[in-house]
Amino acid sequence: MALILSELSKSFDCDGFESPVEAVCDISLMIETGSFVSIIGPSGCGKSTLLRLIAGLIRPTGGIIELDGERITEVCGRTGFVFQDYALFPWLNIIDNIAFPLAMKGMPVRERRTRALEYVDRFGLGGFTRSYPAELSGGMQQRVAIARSLIGNAEVLLMDEPFGALDSQTRSQMQQFLLSVWQETQRTVLLITHNIDEAVFLGQRVICLTRRPARIGADIKIACGYPRDVTSDEFNVYRRTVLKFLDREHAAGAPTDPPC
Amino acid sequence: MKIAERYERPVCIALLIGVWELLCASGLVNPVLIPPPHRIVMAIGELLVRGLPAGHLLHRHCLESLLRVSTGFIVATAAALPLGLVLGRSARLRNLCTPVIELMRPIPPLAWIPLAILWFGIGLKSAAFIIFLGCFFPIVLNTISGVVTVDPLLIDAARVCGADDRRMFVRVLLPAAWPSVCTGMRIGLGIGWMTLVAAEFTGVKSGYGLGYMIMTARDIQRPDYVLAGMVLIGVVGYLLDMLLQMLQQGFIRTRTTLAD
Repeated sequence: MALILSELSKSFDCDGFESPVEAVCDISLMIETGSFVSIIGPSGCGKSTLLRLIAGLIRPTGGIIELDGERITEVCGRTGFVFQDYALFPWLNIIDNIAFPLAMKGMPVRERRTRALEYVDRFGLGGFTRSYPAELSGGMQQRVAIARSLIGNAEVLLMDEPFGALDSQTRSQMQQFLLSVWQETQRTVLLITHNIDEAVFLGQRVICLTRRPARIGADIKIACGYPRDVTSDEFNVYRRTVLKFLDREHAAGAPTDPPC
Repeated sequence: MKIAERYERPVCIALLIGVWELLCASGLVNPVLIPPPHRIVMAIGELLVRGLPAGHLLHRHCLESLLRVSTGFIVATAAALPLGLVLGRSARLRNLCTPVIELMRPIPPLAWIPLAILWFGIGLKSAAFIIFLGCFFPIVLNTISGVVTVDPLLIDAARVCGADDRRMFVRVLLPAAWPSVCTGMRIGLGIGWMTLVAAEFTGVKSGYGLGYMIMTARDIQRPDYVLAGMVLIGVVGYLLDMLLQMLQQGFIRTRTTLAD
């Protein structure tokens, strides 16, 4: 079973623009259950819009999104979302942040905190259960956010440049962390990134989007196994392919200013 | 250093009182026009024991005033909080209602006194109504502002975690907007407390109230009683504000970073 996007489009009506701004145009995609897909594209091309459509946060102007045969038209518990800026609730401590989706389902306090504790241990957050997000480093906050997105048993994990706010060392660690989480939980992961190395390192597939409006420009299967050697020739071939594609898109010029 | 800081405030106050006493004792300040501090303390004692008018003791005046303010404040909060949350969330409703609110806000609560007496007669209800008007607008406007400035990502994160509308208001918007809400409540209580005294100037049926007491003191030309009343008003107002501050800190805790 899979996540299927059929001719997905999204336009926004913006003040100050004469005609609606097309963010995503005619995207058709099939993503197998349990696969890890990286999505990359020029700045402002509509990558985030695509992810938010899949999450059900916004409605498409055209086309269909189907997960395991059922249409997604609004937010449902079937997708988890991880934001670049973590979006943790500052008034809740770590344990309550992770347990939040369970609280929304009406689970009693003790039970949901016990469930959340499992993630605390697995994700190396021990000792910080009563801490607040502001007291944690960026990498730890993102781990909390990932735990929060997994705890509700969502089938698909959507990640919008999750490591963009981290320094490069933390970023590498988090990439390894994410891979191990993916391999352990076997969820489907869609990850948006600006970083070519990251896209090729993580994904079984790299989908390259064109500049706005986003269309699928290239769909590259990465045939390397895990763990991947970023210094190998094979890896560099893929890097080069993606790099060439992005350079072409950038050279073709504007518009790259983000839509509203 | 820490010990010195702790004594800064009381020493400052003691100095001010000392200077005041000296000014009166030396004759630089006419003690008839501005009674010295020790006279005021004696006045407070007399008001506690003998009362003004005779038999109407000070603590009873305080309690009566507190009753009026609490009633007005609690009703104002009960009305303004939900309204503020809803208006903060919906731009459409906000556009509809804000003109009405902004038209009514500049009207001094005291201007409502004739109407209040007409509608409620002289007594607790009309006094509480005036206080209500003083408290309502800061609370509703600060709540709206608090909700409007909630990071949209947090709202999205909550949606993806499965928050429905009701839970969004109670579990997300209210905690997120809480600092603004508390600011609104503190300002509202401050205005309400100030409005009370003037409101009592115009009409009090029971014969009790700090404002009423000050009026009586003025009638019998006892500035020491007037000042005693004023000091008490200041002290009670200060204590009320401290109470709200505790509420602000105790209810939702948002810790600052370890670096601070």
